[in-house]
Amino acid sequence: MGHLEPKLDLSPKVSDEIRKTTCYMCACRCGIDVHLKAGQVAYIEGNRDHPVNKGVLCAKGSAGIMQVNAPSRLRAPLRRVGPRGSGQFEEISWDEALQTAVDWMAPLRDSAPEKLAFFTGRDQSQSLTSWWAQAYGTPNYAAHGGFCSVNMAAAGIYTMGGAFWEFGQPDWDRTKLLLLFGVAEDHDSNPIKIGLGKLKARGARVIGINPIRSGYNAVADDWIGITPGTDGLLILSLIHCLLKAGKIDLDYLTRFTNAPVLVNEDPDSPERGLFLRDAKGKMLVLDRKTGLPTAFDAPGVKPGLAHGYRRAGITHRPVFQLLAERYLSEDHAPEAVAERCGIPAARIHALAAELARVAFDEAIEIAQPWNDFRGDRHGTMIGRPVAMHAMRGISAHSNGFQTARALHLLQILLGTVEVPGGFRFKPPYPKPPEAHPRPNAWANPGQPLAGPHLGFVMGPEDLALRPDGTPARIDKAFTWENPMSAHGLMHMVISNAHAGDPYKIDTLFLYMANMAWNSSMGTGRVMEMLTDTDPETGAYVIPRIIYSDAYSSEMVAYADLILPDTTYLERHDCISLLDRPISEADAAADAIRWPVVEPDRPGHAGVRGFQSVLIDLGARLGLPGFVAEDGGPAYADYADYITRHERKPGIGPLMGFRGDGSATGRGAPNPDQLERYIANGGIFVHHIPEAAQFYKPWNTAYQDWAVKLGIYDSPQPYIFNLYLEPLRKFQLAAEGHGDRQPPDHLRARIRETMDPLPIWYPPFEGAAIEVDTYPFHALTQRPMAMYHSWGSQNAWLRQIHGQNPLYLPTGLWERHGFAEGDWARVTSPHGEIVVPVAHMAALNANTVWTWNAIGKRKGTWALDKDAQEATKGFLLNHLIHELLPPKGDGLRWSNSDPITGQAAWFDLRVRIEKITAPAEAKPAFPPLKSPVGHGPKDLAWKVGR
Amino acid sequence: MHPSPSVIIFTTLSGLGFGLMIFLGLGAPSVTGWVAFWFYLIAYVLAVGGLMASAFHLGHPERALKAFTQWHTSWLSREAVAAVAALLVMGIYAALAVFFGLRIPALGWLGAALSLLTLIATAMIYTQLRTVPRWNHVLTPLHLVSTALAGGALLAGQVTPASVLLLAAGLIQIGHWSVGDTRFAEAGHTLGSATGLGSRGQVRAFEPPHTGPNYLLREMVYVVGRKHALKLRILAAGFGYALPLVLILVPGAGHVLGGIAVISHLLGVFASRWLFFAEAEHVVGLYYGARV
Amino acid sequence: MTRLPDHTERKLGLVIDLDTCVGCHACVVACKGWNTENYGAPLSDQDAYGAEPSGTFLNRVHSYEVTPETGAAQLVHFPKSCLHCEDAPCVTVCPTGASYKRSEDGIVLVNEADCIGCGLCAWACPYGAREMDAAAGVMKKCTLCVDRIYNETLPEIDREPACVRTCPAGARHFGDLGDPESDVSQLVAARGGIDLMPEQGTKPVNKYLPPRPKDTWEQTDILAPFLTPVADSPQGFLGWLDRALDRL
Ligand SMILES: Nc1nc2c(c(=O)[nH]1)N[C@H]1C(S)=C(S)[C@@H](COP(=O)(O)OP(=O)(O)OC[C@H]3O[C@@H](n4cnc5c(=O)[nH]c(N)nc54)[C@H](O)[C@@H]3O)O[C@H]1N2
Ligand SMILES: Nc1nc2c(c(=O)[nH]1)N[C@H]1C(S)=C(S)[C@@H](COP(=O)(O)OP(=O)(O)OC[C@H]3O[C@@H](n4cnc5c(=O)[nH]c(N)nc54)[C@H](O)[C@@H]3O)O[C@H]1N2
Ligand code: SF4
Ligand code: SF4
Ligand code: SF4
Ligand code: SF4
Ligand code: SF4
Ligand SMILES: [Mo]
Repeated sequence: MGHLEPKLDLSPKVSDEIRKTTCYMCACRCGIDVHLKAGQVAYIEGNRDHPVNKGVLCAKGSAGIMQVNAPSRLRAPLRRVGPRGSGQFEEISWDEALQTAVDWMAPLRDSAPEKLAFFTGRDQSQSLTSWWAQAYGTPNYAAHGGFCSVNMAAAGIYTMGGAFWEFGQPDWDRTKLLLLFGVAEDHDSNPIKIGLGKLKARGARVIGINPIRSGYNAVADDWIGITPGTDGLLILSLIHCLLKAGKIDLDYLTRFTNAPVLVNEDPDSPERGLFLRDAKGKMLVLDRKTGLPTAFDAPGVKPGLAHGYRRAGITHRPVFQLLAERYLSEDHAPEAVAERCGIPAARIHALAAELARVAFDEAIEIAQPWNDFRGDRHGTMIGRPVAMHAMRGISAHSNGFQTARALHLLQILLGTVEVPGGFRFKPPYPKPPEAHPRPNAWANPGQPLAGPHLGFVMGPEDLALRPDGTPARIDKAFTWENPMSAHGLMHMVISNAHAGDPYKIDTLFLYMANMAWNSSMGTGRVMEMLTDTDPETGAYVIPRIIYSDAYSSEMVAYADLILPDTTYLERHDCISLLDRPISEADAAADAIRWPVVEPDRPGHAGVRGFQSVLIDLGARLGLPGFVAEDGGPAYADYADYITRHERKPGIGPLMGFRGDGSATGRGAPNPDQLERYIANGGIFVHHIPEAAQFYKPWNTAYQDWAVKLGIYDSPQPYIFNLYLEPLRKFQLAAEGHGDRQPPDHLRARIRETMDPLPIWYPPFEGAAIEVDTYPFHALTQRPMAMYHSWGSQNAWLRQIHGQNPLYLPTGLWERHGFAEGDWARVTSPHGEIVVPVAHMAALNANTVWTWNAIGKRKGTWALDKDAQEATKGFLLNHLIHELLPPKGDGLRWSNSDPITGQAAWFDLRVRIEKITAPAEAKPAFPPLKSPVGHGPKDLAWKVGR
Repeated sequence: MHPSPSVIIFTTLSGLGFGLMIFLGLGAPSVTGWVAFWFYLIAYVLAVGGLMASAFHLGHPERALKAFTQWHTSWLSREAVAAVAALLVMGIYAALAVFFGLRIPALGWLGAALSLLTLIATAMIYTQLRTVPRWNHVLTPLHLVSTALAGGALLAGQVTPASVLLLAAGLIQIGHWSVGDTRFAEAGHTLGSATGLGSRGQVRAFEPPHTGPNYLLREMVYVVGRKHALKLRILAAGFGYALPLVLILVPGAGHVLGGIAVISHLLGVFASRWLFFAEAEHVVGLYYGARV
Repeated sequence: MTRLPDHTERKLGLVIDLDTCVGCHACVVACKGWNTENYGAPLSDQDAYGAEPSGTFLNRVHSYEVTPETGAAQLVHFPKSCLHCEDAPCVTVCPTGASYKRSEDGIVLVNEADCIGCGLCAWACPYGAREMDAAAGVMKKCTLCVDRIYNETLPEIDREPACVRTCPAGARHFGDLGDPESDVSQLVAARGGIDLMPEQGTKPVNKYLPPRPKDTWEQTDILAPFLTPVADSPQGFLGWLDRALDRL
């Protein structure tokens, strides 16, 4: 019998038009094809030509349509009318809003510019925002990196001139063994997934080192469920095993690292532990041919590793000897660390052996000659196909900087950095610490800052201290408490401003950071600080708060003036080489966003792109660079800035289509540049020549290419810092040398933690408390389908993660007799929460965890007050403090890495008790009044009906 | 399965209605005129009312006619066709009996057969579902049909057939429960087979695909407490079968006791039917961790 | 139409690699986006911004924990959509003919214009692959993106299901499982692809590639030689170092 099948239209028209722009449902910055029907967004898919995502898209990216149309979008500038934290606002015009901001900011600039603190969160326009803050003249500027992953960034750059994060990547096409340390999702979301897919397709081995076996760790071939905070121990033990077996790349070490550099060993010298240098300041190595100390980069030098050198009665030994001595010690044997790491010693041996096997027995070779900076020609490129990647699981601990350094040391000993099959930098990296600026923090009324705020200190002389030794910055970045805080300390701004320590500020200007909720430590306390008043004057302790958000977030309710931003499909943006790059290891790439739909908020004053607003404010304030010669605004808006701004002559935010449209990297501004980008799919990709694709820090072909593109002004070859001399300089200061001296209470800590060779020490919080009282480590993980707080407003995504249980390991689960649907009280030294729990067996036995930022405050994000995010969702942030528990020494030590100031989110320790299920999760805060009302009941979205 | 009121009402009432029709078609009782009118009215109200109730749970009742087209494969379609045929045939048969006092036995038998077919078709809708092991065996049609017949006999006032049928239906009901209780395990569906991961170890649902509810959970993953179910079984067996049997066997039981027996039976069958759905575990529940 | 075709010319379907799926839900949302805007009624959401939002999805990603007899527990992410069964019970139960299996390629579809929303097909499906849309009152299921895979307005390379196109890890494969030479069939053969609940007799077209064996640390012994110490004293180590450098 014939089948009557209905006739289908198999080729319906998908859209009227495709506009290619850049996703911003997270910071990965994938390329998207936005399909429009009748001018409305109908469907979003990945741009196949984009270097980041190559056509794929994650859950968030595909849900963009629910974000551009979210009921939580702000609609007009707002002025607070109720008390702070009530959510009561009136809508005002843009003129009024901008005038208010200028009225607050202009007098400050002329009297005390540091009283304006400008901090930005998840933004991607730091080259503009920092330039604005520089022009304004406040030292108080940073983005959110200080609470995010500065340990990773700083350790990478200081050690090898580039970091994991999104500044480098495994050689996905060639690697045979990948180690993932503490990664849940990372910024490079899609590239990591694409890469894992490639490894899987090839049958390469992936090993996940993570207390929790979910996500990437679930697909890993092997799982090492490490006890949180102990990765440094594990890594140094691997180094121990490899050294002992001689499984290290000696050729690589002598050529490309400071392993052979001679270190002063004179116990009495103020130079002790510093490098032996020649008159020009060049580091010296012992040449094996001549037996003489020779500049490390001298042509033809054959550096030795085994022998020391005595000069004027002072012993100098190569870095490698110090290193070997330290790590060959039995303190680092697998048997000595196994218990603390929660990993059997045999498994550590096995892991070390596997590293050795793949790095040396499965080495690869590419028939590609290249020249190094010493003038040596290499016939081929040798690859050690072991790649590693790490993220916040390592960096968000108070020993994170040293742990990340240890990991880089491991990579470098195996010779796997910037080689085929290993870890590769993405332009503009590699870039050694010396090539980065030093921090600038000296405010002068009415004057711009002398240079960029953030940078890489090379010794005590670079600290941002005032003449009296007090911190120059409100967040106390670049002080003795955290000397190498290269990204600032956004998590300290509100508490320091509230305490007036080191000084009081007037206006807190925040952009794209939900500081009154998921991005602060101790959310309840932060809300109190933001609303606290001076008992005498009744005025708010932090007098003014200006905030730019695009949505009705928790933070909105705590600001006095709201500058509403557009959504990502409604504005111009540039993803610039001057900022966080989207390059790939074999190409430089940048991109734009452009208004693929117009920002319309019918019946309201409307929204404006924050960068355009900032440029407008700069002009109104008369900031240098923001006003033209005729006194008018220098730039009409952000789009105009993107095309016309030059950071250095010929170098602007975008590298592509410069000059007459044919120049790349360097070239005069091109008025048609944005049009050209749009026609090119919103991106520009500039490939690295074959001969320049590996060994970038030392490869003359790469260095020349980078100079041509404008990344450097001159070639910047350098060697990797196994031994980090600047750390030693801080130790020397702590030992009493030099004229800049730390306060006495910090001396011991600086000596102990700022070791020039990687060390491990227990995370501070655990060391400060009675561990038996708080036996469990408490962690959060990023859910792949949610981006911090801003996924919950999305009708599709919130169905996937609308609530978050606390996952408990089997032992705990069974001991307490937990059952499905139960709740628990979770107590830390800083507070308690009451939350739903669930069981997970694939979990380190001493660890509990939950998804990050699912819990929401009632009344926000245009959700109903009884939304599950507000009744069952919760934050661990209530349990975390920016300070450690009091130690009884009268001081409150910061809950941060002592070197970089990175917030130690994952040092949290808790205890768990079973309790009867309450009506809702605790703490519960009163609902906020929504400035945008509530979303509709039901959705049946279809544009092209 | 979600014990949705519309389906419970539908199957209970229409079962009773068609059960009654069978007896009327067989001429037991052999009625004409007003008496017949009332009998047929009751039968039609029950059967059609049940069908109407079932239409309530349709997303598109206005397209119901389409449901008659697939009788060659679909039991639901067969049910629709059989039900309409039964109602038509019995309609003619009834009209003749009520208005002309004319009983055409062949027509009655045909109507009875079609009614029986309707009952069987309805039962087969559930029986055919391999996804619900509790239903997927021969006792299901026996249970549903015997209960409908017992109810029909009761309503038709046919004491002897009613008592035999009540006894049989009651026993089949108990059999259906006890066999049903082991069916899921016997069918061998486990989370291991559902995911294909069973050979690697103990499989446990970790995180649901969505934290919010969904259609599948609402419709197919319904869990009743054991104690609750046991209570309801006792009520169902007692009110549905035992009590009516006792009542009609009371010597000289009149209309009052007969009426009480019918009401008791109806209550019992409602309870039984609620359990029929609520206790039926759909294999999809495995994916959601509803069974270990 | 609810009669199943005696045979289909092709057996189009998906192959899902459980060894690779990271559980990111990208396929879930891409599917929602495509099928909301395309085939049939939009996939609606109820209580979208309320206490318990609940919408229609054609593809959902579960996750399961597997605890082996020895060794650590494992987590498996598990995407699930219609398996386009050869013996699709959902089709034969449908009273209206709205549910059908295409004889050309085996895709199981719902003709929404004919669907009365009785829900029986969803009951008949063992896999939870069908969801009734609460706004449209019709049954929804994976269409295998029938309006993409043949769509001549799309570039050839994009004529694949939305979920496959978007999967960042490359864990989803699309093709003709009836052709033993096809890439998907080869993959299934090479990796030992399996059927879900074979005992249901539905003969799913979609296949799942099981996770590869995990935590195979027992190779320790084979690896041991890689860690033979080069010396047994620090001095010895420096001596080795010198010799090794000489050899470079
Ligand atoms: N417990 C715990 N807490 C943590 C972490 C953790 O691991 N555990 N991680 C920390 C880390 S690393 C980070 S980076 C922070 C992140 O925390 P936040 O930086 O606070 O990130 P979001 O929650 O995304 O908040 C950003 C704000 O930007 C707004 N926004 C979104 N899009 C736009 C836009 O286009 N324009 C403007 N102007 N605003 C927009 C959102 O509405 C939201 O209010 O959280 C930190 N908090
Ligand atoms: N989808 C999505 N993507 C995001 C974000 C998001 O919110 N959603 N946020 C972005 C941001 S701001 C950031 S900073 C990145 C962060 O990217 P990730 O670093 O990948 O993010 P986290 O979720 O903080 O993951 C930390 C991981 O470290 C593990 N871990 C914790 N402590 C330890 C430890 O001591 N040792 C080891 N080995 N592991 C440990 C945790 O189990 C977890 O898996 O993600 C970015 N990408
Ligand atoms: S990873 Fe996802 S959300 Fe982030 S930019 Fe890419 S597609 Fe957008
Ligand atoms: S998976 Fe379910 S809906 Fe799909 S064909 Fe098989 S039985 Fe039908
Ligand atoms: S819900 Fe629609 S497709 Fe499913 S069986 Fe009923 S009529 Fe057929
Ligand atoms: S094939 Fe299409 S309809 Fe089916 S799950 Fe994938 S995206 Fe959804
Ligand atoms: S998109 Fe791919 S990796 Fe992500 S959940 Fe779906 S199948 Fe798994
Ligand atoms: Mo972050």
